[in-house]
Amino acid sequence: MAHGAGGKASRKLVEGLFVPLLSGATPQALADAAHVEINGASFAITTDSFVVNPLRFPGGSIGELAVNGTMNDLAVSGACGKVMVVTFVLEEGLATPTLEAEVRAMAEAARRAGVSIVGGDTKVVEHGKADKMYITTTGIGHPLPGVKVDPASVRPGNKIILSGPIGDHGITILLARGELDFEADLSSDTRCILPLVEALAGAAAPGIRWMRDPTRGGVATSLNELARDCGLCMVLEEELVPTRDAVRGACELLGLDPLHIANEGQFLAVVSSDHADAAVKALNAAAGGEDARIIGEVREQPAAAVLITTRYGGSRIIDMLVGDPLPRIC
Amino acid sequence: MRFVDEFRDPEIITKTAEEIRRLIDPARHYRFMEVCGGHTHAIYRFGLKDLLPANIELIHGPGCPVCVLPMGRIDDGLAVAESTDHPVMFTAFGDMMRVPGTHGSPLEHKARGVDVRIVYSPSDALKLARCNPGKHVMFFAIGFETTAPSTALTLMRAKAEGIKNFSVFCNHVTIIPAIRAILDSPDMRLDAFIGPGHVSTVIGCRPYEWIARNEQKPIVVSGFEPLDLLQSIVMILRQLRAGEAKVENQYKRVVPWEGNRAALRAMAEVFELRPYFEWRGLGFISQSALRLRDSYAEWDAELRFQVPGVRVTDPRAAQCGEVLKGVLKPAQCKLFGKECTPEHPIGALMVSTEGSCAAYHSYQLRKEAVTSIHSAA
Repeated sequence: MAHGAGGKASRKLVEGLFVPLLSGATPQALADAAHVEINGASFAITTDSFVVNPLRFPGGSIGELAVNGTMNDLAVSGACGKVMVVTFVLEEGLATPTLEAEVRAMAEAARRAGVSIVGGDTKVVEHGKADKMYITTTGIGHPLPGVKVDPASVRPGNKIILSGPIGDHGITILLARGELDFEADLSSDTRCILPLVEALAGAAAPGIRWMRDPTRGGVATSLNELARDCGLCMVLEEELVPTRDAVRGACELLGLDPLHIANEGQFLAVVSSDHADAAVKALNAAAGGEDARIIGEVREQPAAAVLITTRYGGSRIIDMLVGDPLPRIC
Repeated sequence: MRFVDEFRDPEIITKTAEEIRRLIDPARHYRFMEVCGGHTHAIYRFGLKDLLPANIELIHGPGCPVCVLPMGRIDDGLAVAESTDHPVMFTAFGDMMRVPGTHGSPLEHKARGVDVRIVYSPSDALKLARCNPGKHVMFFAIGFETTAPSTALTLMRAKAEGIKNFSVFCNHVTIIPAIRAILDSPDMRLDAFIGPGHVSTVIGCRPYEWIARNEQKPIVVSGFEPLDLLQSIVMILRQLRAGEAKVENQYKRVVPWEGNRAALRAMAEVFELRPYFEWRGLGFISQSALRLRDSYAEWDAELRFQVPGVRVTDPRAAQCGEVLKGVLKPAQCKLFGKECTPEHPIGALMVSTEGSCAAYHSYQLRKEAVTSIHSAA
């Protein structure tokens, strides 16, 4: 199961099996989306499957996630999603109104994101062979002009920018499952981040080195992947990482680290220091980017690691997660 | 956030760290053991070593319940859940879920189709029993006196409500015998203890008085925030300077000196001491663990089900015992970071985030390659 949780095990599976057998030497196979050229025209393409329990949760649902997630993967690769195809895997016995609600949620999310859903496929499997509903979306878009996302272009001194508060989605889902007997005033952050990426590109395109949406495995996992890819150190200042009190409180109680918690509507960007202020200003001026800020910077040492420093002078390495975050009690 | 931010205040923390520097004798090497796994985790998570002088060495103690549980107990618990005679739901804290048994962890059993559920409290397991009358719900109980009262109260409620499809597989252990075992270890030399915080909310501070008296070692019961731990070190250093050895309570906002009487009463109603219990790395320790009293036999999973009662010895090369006793640092174990990693843990110390090996592996390992982070700024 850990192989699907977005951390170390997932990466091992992708790098150890999928990439060597399926992609050969394609160097961008681990990026959020592949940028390809067909008959001289440039495209970006990505695909993502959505499995979530419960299907609906405060702030969103699986249908909305499926549209936003694929749009976001395209956006952080430096592309604007234009068309999308959808595959549903449905469990026999799924109530029609449940399915209809998700289709409506997808239509609404697609309208908001400005993407057309142009095709799809449906499979129904026996009861018990799937958990209610799985959705896969594949999106195609065009590259944003002047934006290049490449871990190899990251340099010491570059600034790390985060678009807004972290952990809302993961904690909302954890609480929505109803297994933990407490509640919080919190909802998922699922949204299409393309407008924010466009605002960033408009102000600082030449300064953008790398972007990623920190979904499963959270900010810690995304930055560890970058650190490994570029061999440098990502240094974060803990107090600068925007985190709502409800998320902090839940994490303190459950022994979790907000940096490991999933997000569905935020992104990280590494930007050259001379463009960083303009980038933050542009994000702050865009709707939904008010909390964007610089949370750290790239340094040379310790190589290929993510280091968190605190205001009181302590520091720690933060690794990728193995499997899903589990609450700690005793 | 209240009760958190004030204990991470940079100004007070800096002042306390300076106080520590004033109190130490630069010529002396200090060895303090933090007994509790929660402290080990906090020390790494907050990077407290960066704030302490080099001649204060913190030794990680045996207070991580997951880490001291022998693999045979996990195998026994999972064997009950896997038995085909009766449908059993295996419930446990998230802490347990990745701890390896001989045939995989509870989480791996879940992936294979065994009914394994994470619960946040034993009363959630009882709730599952109420909601699933056709199934038997077994709570795999772990923890020191911190979690034992909630198991006791849950059993009292199960008995009062006459809920028959619920049982407890009891692995509760007690802290004092573990500390005694550490002190009896001939290769252990300690100057003082940072006393466990959560355990002491239940047992209070009195049970530690013999350590101070007989062993002539200061013990300061501490909270879990950076300032708590630093202040506890200040209190220890003051005692050492004054040539004193007494029990002090730094965690007064939570720990009453006499403990929690109601919790102790509930424990006494439900549990009795086992004559002996096996601890991973420490071996058999007499009167160190709890089992259900006869009056609760009906809810005792070990009596209700066929339990194989397997004993599994740790891999010979693994040195969990030495690390648990603080004789070795995690990185000094032959398997550390090689055969034994957080992805493929061999010893439980590598599984739980409170285990010193996992904490060391995730928070400290690569940091040591750099002499000073702050000089690079």
